[in-house]
Amino acid sequence: MMRLPWFEFHSPRSISEAAKILAAEGPQAMLIAGGTDLLPNMKRRHQTPATLVSLRQIEALKKAANGSGVTLGAAFTLNEIVANAAVREQYAGLWQAAAQVATVHLRNMGTLGGNLCLDTRCNYYNQNYEWRKAIDFCLKKDGEICWVATASKRCVAASSTDTAPALMSLGATARLVSTQGERDVALADLYKNDGIDYLTRRPDEILTEVKLPAPEGWRSSYWKLRRRGAFDFPVLGVAAAVRTASDGTVEDARIALGAVSSRPFLTKGGELLIGKKLSDDAIAEAGAKVASAAKPMDNTDLDLYWRKAVAAEFVGYALREIRGDDMSATRVRIARHAL
Amino acid sequence: MTKRFDVIGKPRRRVDGRAKVTGLTRFADDVVLPRMLHCKLLRSPHPHATIESIDVSRAQARPGVHLVLTGKDFPVTFGILPVTQDEYPLAPERVRYVGDPVAAVVARDEQTAFEALGFIEVEYRPLKTISDPEEALATPEPRIHSYGEQGNIHRLQAFEFGDVNEALAKADHVFEDVFFYQGNTHLPIEQHASVAAVDGEGKLTLWSSTQVPHYIHRALANALQIPPAHVRVIACPNGGGFGGKCDLHNHEIVVSKAAILLGRPVKICLTREEVFYMHRGRHPVLMKMRTGVTKDGKITGMHTQTLLDGGAYGGYGAASTFYTGVLQTVAYHIPRYKFDACRIFTNKPPCGPKRGHGTPQPRFGQEVQLDKIAEKLEIDPAELRLSIVAKPDSLTANWLKIGTIGLAECIRKVVASSDWKNRFRKLPEGRGVGLACGAYLCGAGLPIYWNKMPQSGVQLLIDRSGQVTVFCGATEIGQGSDDVLAAIVAEVLGVDPYDVRCVTGDTGLTPVDLGSYSSRVTVMMGNAAIQAAELLRDLIARAAAEHMETVPENVGFALGRVFRADDPGKLMSFREAIVLAEEKFGTLGSVGSYSPPRSPGRYKGAGVGPSPAYSYTACVVEAEVDRKTGWITVPKVWIAHDIGRAVNPVSARGQVEGSVYMGLGEALMEEQVFRRLPPKLSNALVHKIPSLLEYKSLTSLDMPEVFTELVEDPDPNCPFGAKEVGQGPLLPVMPAVANAVYDAIGVRIDELPITPDKVLAALEKKAKGETPRVGPESFPDVPYPEPMLVPPPWEGGDGNSVNTPRRRPLKKEALA
Ligand SMILES: Cc1cc2nc3c(=O)[nH]c(=O)nc-3n(C[C@H](O)[C@H](O)[C@H](O)COP(=O)(O)OP(=O)(O)OC[C@H]3O[C@@H](n4cnc5c(N)ncnc54)[C@H](O)[C@@H]3O)c2cc1C
Ligand code: SF4
Repeated sequence: MMRLPWFEFHSPRSISEAAKILAAEGPQAMLIAGGTDLLPNMKRRHQTPATLVSLRQIEALKKAANGSGVTLGAAFTLNEIVANAAVREQYAGLWQAAAQVATVHLRNMGTLGGNLCLDTRCNYYNQNYEWRKAIDFCLKKDGEICWVATASKRCVAASSTDTAPALMSLGATARLVSTQGERDVALADLYKNDGIDYLTRRPDEILTEVKLPAPEGWRSSYWKLRRRGAFDFPVLGVAAAVRTASDGTVEDARIALGAVSSRPFLTKGGELLIGKKLSDDAIAEAGAKVASAAKPMDNTDLDLYWRKAVAAEFVGYALREIRGDDMSATRVRIARHAL
Repeated sequence: MTKRFDVIGKPRRRVDGRAKVTGLTRFADDVVLPRMLHCKLLRSPHPHATIESIDVSRAQARPGVHLVLTGKDFPVTFGILPVTQDEYPLAPERVRYVGDPVAAVVARDEQTAFEALGFIEVEYRPLKTISDPEEALATPEPRIHSYGEQGNIHRLQAFEFGDVNEALAKADHVFEDVFFYQGNTHLPIEQHASVAAVDGEGKLTLWSSTQVPHYIHRALANALQIPPAHVRVIACPNGGGFGGKCDLHNHEIVVSKAAILLGRPVKICLTREEVFYMHRGRHPVLMKMRTGVTKDGKITGMHTQTLLDGGAYGGYGAASTFYTGVLQTVAYHIPRYKFDACRIFTNKPPCGPKRGHGTPQPRFGQEVQLDKIAEKLEIDPAELRLSIVAKPDSLTANWLKIGTIGLAECIRKVVASSDWKNRFRKLPEGRGVGLACGAYLCGAGLPIYWNKMPQSGVQLLIDRSGQVTVFCGATEIGQGSDDVLAAIVAEVLGVDPYDVRCVTGDTGLTPVDLGSYSSRVTVMMGNAAIQAAELLRDLIARAAAEHMETVPENVGFALGRVFRADDPGKLMSFREAIVLAEEKFGTLGSVGSYSPPRSPGRYKGAGVGPSPAYSYTACVVEAEVDRKTGWITVPKVWIAHDIGRAVNPVSARGQVEGSVYMGLGEALMEEQVFRRLPPKLSNALVHKIPSLLEYKSLTSLDMPEVFTELVEDPDPNCPFGAKEVGQGPLLPVMPAVANAVYDAIGVRIDELPITPDKVLAALEKKAKGETPRVGPESFPDVPYPEPMLVPPPWEGGDGNSVNTPRRRPLKKEALA
């Protein structure tokens, strides 16, 4: 069995107490929520924090509020998100994304906040210490070279969160709290295109909640590409949200991509749809535009050229589902089960 | 057997089922002994290097560390086959793949041992990395091993049964194809674990996750240079084996040595990553097949050439090499056959036997090629196969003796159940069905070391309490061998199988059985068990007959009762009958043994391939392929297996379904692949994805519905007619997937796994008007030797070769 390194453990009961510990301990302390990402990483010595600050005892992080839109506490488990009626009815894209994370067991532990702050992934990096030693390590951890792009000065590990692109397409914001105060950032602004320093969150900040704007008029959808019906991280995530007028003309649209860059990002594909109806042609045009922004690397499962080649098709799935096409058979083929 | 069966053929809960589902089964990792210490291995980070120095002093000085071992503690080489003693428990001066063990720490707990590994200082001098067969053929120096044929060629084999060139010249069509089958690994859920302990008298016991305690017993005693009589190997129930627990492994020797030196029990549990390094799994095989056929689809001759990437050590590789050719002849009638094989050393974890051992790769090639032949000749592929199925009670061109053959019935069954006639080439674009067949051994005819002793022994103990205990060296690896053993004994003695106690896989207590490999257990152990049980039944019958005033032949045994067959009202309990027998004969016991029939082949090399019987399978796979993405879905699989007779149909079906599961994994996603970093920057050659998350195999959500049928045509060589079911049903699955993909969208993927990117690439070729195929383009120039010539039985042969080939390969210059 691979073993964890030694660490100090704190389990505060309030956000402010947690923030204080973080501020006092500095960057050698890390937050732990469900631990489904952090603990395997610690076993492989990717992170060896001296102190872990657990969020599990903080009730304030498990609150949901419905007002104009919905606010979701960061410590909700993904299965709690999946079971949330408001999410299911009004934010289909988020629901579909959460329901496809990992496996049902991991969703029982993994949280929304942890999912948004998930470490970037690369199959030169998600290996244990001995394996990484055999390649003399890499830029992201303990080494000098990025083996994916040997000329690159930057790590190009893939952002692999499913819920972030979905939340981005829905126009969500995240709240970050520290002893210095609190700030709300648009989800797109939470991320940086850098496989090592992938978050704009400061190490002393806690992501406490996610706010979704009112859903009126919007329909959303999330399509995940992965090899199998469970376990696998996305190697492409397409999240689309569209607001249409009563005659079907698109008034606003956002299409975000996950897992094809070091951050999830909004594409220009959404803008192309505005003022049009969701015709096959418009969908194809948007698909091509979105796909051109996908920059998959040879560091995850499945062939990278193929992953890029099918991106437009996946955009089509999402937009056709939003249009109201019956996509259930395609969904079963891609997700390997009815969601 | 004229009587009806009470146990055999009845669907039952297996005798070890409750312990398994309630977590009470004691696997090797569950063995905990007083004063037990823990071991961890330091493994090489280099694919190919010499060890300049090892300094263990800092590790040795760590608190809690009891012992540090290195290569100098193990002067003797080992290897599972007598011909390939090329491994060291810990590498003394040369490492050959990333993961090759170089040192071991034994400490008070696993964490301490693990941390101490970091304090061992090893200086390496890297050597040239050899990453694949083509690179190895082009790089005779440095040699990974100093033995072998030449350069980095481990084995070369060549046989010709009748003049194949002539047969091809006479054919109406000759088909030539090159296929590639990627390597993959066993993926047992249980990671290997071992515990070694010495008793007060200095005798060693090893508990281990092994499929072959007898072979381990022999090899371990030799590796440690201690008398075998002082070694006891206990095979714990395995959480899956599939061939990955058939070698003697480094860690088994290391913990044994440590236990002897320290006088304390020592345990090791491998991590999943280490299991990927142990490997011994499916060889990557490049193959070329030339087949001549008449215009009505009869095969005139076939030439199979294979090139195996063996990895860093021999292991079972010499046998694997044979198996890439020898069983090509047992499914269909092939009047002339030629077979050249070559195994290469590379700097990767060694390959070896995985379910189907060496045969799935050429079976894939043959079955896909038959699909191409059928299309060209405009014959339905099921009809084509039906017209060439080998004959029962016949010999093959390479002198294998076929007994019963239920292949035609299997084909008819899947054709009917899948509605083949209405679906093949008739489904809408994007949907298709594919058919393929397979054939497999029911036990290898010869043991891995030369001897004339029985290959399976069974011993029975019965006493006045009514208990029946059966002892056999066979090993329960999840396949249900204990259940077969209990069922057979119970059937013969007329008792409840749940009343039979099985003591298995313990070389200190049980008679020798060669182990759970080559699908040999049901046939060999079963025959030995029948013999032992019948001996005892006869004694009991004699005693009971006296009491019931009849003759022994008139005594029946069923449902825990012993009775007069002509007057079943006259009966006694089994226990009462034993008391009578014990009174009459004294303490009761019996033994049975089994040796397979001698095979008719006499030529050198004829020892690999013979089996008491062959099992057959046919399979239809349905595939849906998305034309825009190449995405593949398998909604349903129909499979029929010729099992001779199902001892327990529930477990038999489980084996078939498990084979489909594994087969779909090999067909669609599993690959043991490696990363070579840019050679200018690094020597590294690492397993690309040594984790259960990234090494992809099907999840339950990816598993289609499977419709299983068992064909029962009892084979006289087999116990109650029962053949094997553990491996054969895997074989047709992979080619059936490939053929289904072709039926769906008209592209040929001549290599495994068949992934959506390959399908899309083939579709793009099709759209451009190019040959819609993805697969290897050519077969390299391999210096195969002059073949051994053996005339087939129908060309006047007597099973001997008619030439003595030169040992040297023909084309030496290819290696210059
Ligand atoms: C086999 C396997 C498969 C997986 N598949 C998927 C998948 O398909 N899709 C996917 O998206 N993920 C996947 N995951 C990753 C993970 O399970 C999920 O992303 C999960 O939601 C992470 O949440 P957590 O609470 O367990 O995070 P943790 O492991 O507790 O934390 C992850 C990171 O976020 C930080 N963090 C946690 N909470 C906060 C907070 N409130 N504020 C600031 N920082 C915080 C931690 O410090 C840490 O760096 C998989 C994991 C495994 C082991
Ligand atoms: S992208 Fe490059 S630097 Fe980043 S983890 Fe992978 S190999 Fe390392």
